[in-house]
Amino acid sequence: MSDLVERDHARDPLMIAEEWMKAGRDVAIATVVETWGSAPRPVGSHLVIDADGSFEGSVSGGCVEGAVIAEAADVLAEGKARMLEFGVADETAWEVGLSCGGRIRVYVERLG
Amino acid sequence: MDPHSLKKLNALRRDRRAAILLTDLGDGRDRVICEGDAVAGALGEAVARVFRSGKSGVAEVDGRNFFLNVHLPAPRLVVIGAVHISQALAPMAKIAGFDLTIIDPRTAFASPERFPGVALHAEWPDEALARQPLDAYTALAALTHDPKIDDPALKAAFEAKCFYIGALGSRKTHARRVERLMDAGVASAALERIDAPIGLDIGAATPAEIAVAVLGAVIRALRTRGLEAGSVST
Repeated sequence: MSDLVERDHARDPLMIAEEWMKAGRDVAIATVVETWGSAPRPVGSHLVIDADGSFEGSVSGGCVEGAVIAEAADVLAEGKARMLEFGVADETAWEVGLSCGGRIRVYVERLG
Repeated sequence: MDPHSLKKLNALRRDRRAAILLTDLGDGRDRVICEGDAVAGALGEAVARVFRSGKSGVAEVDGRNFFLNVHLPAPRLVVIGAVHISQALAPMAKIAGFDLTIIDPRTAFASPERFPGVALHAEWPDEALARQPLDAYTALAALTHDPKIDDPALKAAFEAKCFYIGALGSRKTHARRVERLMDAGVASAALERIDAPIGLDIGAATPAEIAVAVLGAVIRALRTRGLEAGSVST
């Protein structure tokens, strides 16, 4: 239901992406396209990132945003979209992951 | 994402129109689909399902993977009548995620003391609805029993194709209401849309229980609403 109660357009990632685009900034859009198990943000959630690494929105509770922002820099440079997958955090391997035990797929693309 | 798609999607969202951003995950191309747009075949079925459920997701059609990201306007509930039922309905509707407005020209009823923190308009429905019009993502519940107040609001709800239209009153009261509205030129198909006696049939007895029944009926209407072409066009 949270997607239905999207009243605050001022903090809305897609509205912000449009503003950034109009200001001439390069923008990448990350979208949660699939989740398995418990995932902190529902399918359809957005994180928008510019070339300086500024970002708005979220695709998780903060667990994987760092990795997505790093990938977004490559997507902005190359222009080709990519699909990222994150699973349960493996602390011994120092991997980025979700502490909640879920798994998510995030699509990262360049705007324009 | 295509910049035109983003602009179109955001414009539709500002206008409280339902839309899907359809992305082909293979080649990255995307387009915006408005509710009511004709989309053929299996993709059309996926589109209809996503609009109805409000849940975004991946769909495989003819060997291609699509992502359908649906954006539905926040559902609103407009209540005509600052009555006892409305006092219970206001906090319940808020918890359920509805943007709630109460309209009643009778200032004795529509007092901020009786409705703390609620968007309350002590005006006639025509005046209040001129400022904030009804639309297809708005539910209307007419609770005053007073034809002078309820009837104009019901007519506005038919015209705006509100996803739910309910009116308080016994079967006898409702029969008289239907007669009045028919005389006023309202089509019988529209009149059949009125949920009356109002609310889910749960044997509600107290004002708070009736509020539960009304809110339940509103949620059912939202989650099962029809997707006939042009249903949200203005």
